[in-house]
Amino acid sequence: MSIAIRNISKHFGAFHALDDVSIDIPSGELVALLGPSGCGKTTLLRIIAGLEFADSGRILLEGDDASERHVRERNVGFVFQHYALFRHMTVFENVAFGLRVKPRKYRPNENEIRKRVSRLLELVQLGWLADRYPSQLSGGQRQRIALARALAVEPKVLLLDEPFGALDAKVRKELRRWLRQLHDEIHVTSVFVTHDQEEALEVSDSIVVMNKGRVEQIGSPDQVYDHPATPFVASFLGSVNLFHGRVEDGHLHVGEHALAVGAGHVATDQAVGFVRPHEFDLLPANAPGTGLPGKILRIIAIGPLAQVELARPNGELLEVAILRDTLSVLGLREGDEVSLRPRNIRVFQNNERLAA
Amino acid sequence: MSATIALQHGSLERYETPSTREPQWIKVLLIGIALTFFTVFLLFPLVAVFVEAFRKGWGTYLAALSSHDALAAIRLTLLTAAIAVPLNLFFGISAAWAIAKFEFPGKRLLITLIDLPFSVSPVISGLIYVLLFGAQGWFGEWFAAHDIKILFAVPGIVLATIFVTFPFVARELIPLMEAQGSEEEEAAVVLGASGWQVFWHTTLPNIKWGLLYGVILCNARAMGEFGAVSVVSGHIRGMTNTMPLHVEILYNEYNYAAAFAVASLLALLAIVTLGLKTLVERQSHKQKTESLALENAS
Repeated sequence: MSIAIRNISKHFGAFHALDDVSIDIPSGELVALLGPSGCGKTTLLRIIAGLEFADSGRILLEGDDASERHVRERNVGFVFQHYALFRHMTVFENVAFGLRVKPRKYRPNENEIRKRVSRLLELVQLGWLADRYPSQLSGGQRQRIALARALAVEPKVLLLDEPFGALDAKVRKELRRWLRQLHDEIHVTSVFVTHDQEEALEVSDSIVVMNKGRVEQIGSPDQVYDHPATPFVASFLGSVNLFHGRVEDGHLHVGEHALAVGAGHVATDQAVGFVRPHEFDLLPANAPGTGLPGKILRIIAIGPLAQVELARPNGELLEVAILRDTLSVLGLREGDEVSLRPRNIRVFQNNERLAA
Repeated sequence: MSATIALQHGSLERYETPSTREPQWIKVLLIGIALTFFTVFLLFPLVAVFVEAFRKGWGTYLAALSSHDALAAIRLTLLTAAIAVPLNLFFGISAAWAIAKFEFPGKRLLITLIDLPFSVSPVISGLIYVLLFGAQGWFGEWFAAHDIKILFAVPGIVLATIFVTFPFVARELIPLMEAQGSEEEEAAVVLGASGWQVFWHTTLPNIKWGLLYGVILCNARAMGEFGAVSVVSGHIRGMTNTMPLHVEILYNEYNYAAAFAVASLLALLAIVTLGLKTLVERQSHKQKTESLALENAS
């Protein structure tokens, strides 16, 4: 079922939680709402579910206006951040709950309930835990039970609030992959909220980046990562190095150094160039060609990539990631002076991307 | 009330650590003082009640309890509790629900007002009803004109008892429901549960031990209330005397054996209440540890 979010605004007292948010989510997609805490992403999720109501704007489910519809009638599944499992019920009863509270007319009989719950528990690979209580489960198991419980009522939309937030790093990675596989299997339109960019990039079909109650950018993971629409998106998704300067004749002038950014750029005095750590080449300081001077402060060489921390002559710190092999071929060490050559610079002026 | 529970539950097991351990003689002294106090002021009077009650033997004891007036007093006490406790159960849950789940103007005031019956003397609680329903009271004339008797009759006693015992259930539930939040309820609603189903399947199971605890205390107070009831009852033998009032009348008539016999029933009620209370506390403690484990493990 497709979801259309139209001009949603929401205040909590003087706090502007959501400001004219519009998003289209096609049927069957897995979408991440990504942003720092307080950006309004959870509020938006709760408004889609009907747990919260917007001050203005509409929510369309499958093209029908559902803004006034009660949670019960929206046919959504919701997985809470802290799972909200019913602590006095067994795992089986937790999953069966949605079926048991159906009006008598629609309620499946006991046999059918038994069958459907077992099938769901198989789906989340926890059939052997049916008789346990939530307090006897690990965090990852609870998460999967919460998911099974939400799926029991065959929702048309699945909403997940920070689904992996409360788990440790290893379990989180496992569950992430598992959620993606599950989604490919059942194909229910899903929206999940996260503040973890890695999670959003890895799991979702498309990402909605939010900040201060507004949508900054909507796009596929590689779109938002490689072509950020705003400085916020550029700096929120992965680390980034900033260069303040002016644009003239297709060059970004940083101090007395000029970096080529392409001829299409409009001239301006207040430009900021964004370069990701892996988009630099490091060369010895006396190498031919133009680059920015820097001094290596620290090299952290773990795994295939080496993290290099550098300082520019004005004291600004830079972060560069290069292959360890390249680093050893160049023979660079801590304390060496180098020349930094950005391969790719995204230039912004006042929150707007300068066209390339 | 909840503070006492926290104290009893939280600290008993792990209080003595090497760094806070006191010399042996202080330990002996403190335990000695506590035990002496307990014996002299609590245990001794309790024993005395039963000794006095049985001083003249079983025959007198049973005769005192089965006299017409005593039976009437017992019946009235049971009736009063049977009306006041369920009503306060209902009011208590409603008030706690409203306070824990909703934001509304005057919420703080309501919380303060719930404590009012605890903070005024029971005699004043009784006087309030005399003021309202007495012959010279605000509504006295209207009720007299319609031939409805409230004061010096059963309705007055029930009203005064409800007033005095109102806080028990609400006070017990408010902190409990506030602490539990409403995530489970939200989960139930999303899964399609109706308001009643949400209450029955998620709210009630989570508060049942606290609720039972409140009901037990409420019941004990309803049966034992003296001051407020004394003001509104009129002390008509066999008609408007509850057990505590009956004890007083017998005592004033120097009928000690009978007075203590009825008193022993009230004392028995207290002991049963304490027993139940301990049981319930153990259960709710178990539930609390489980839900703590639930939060910590994740």
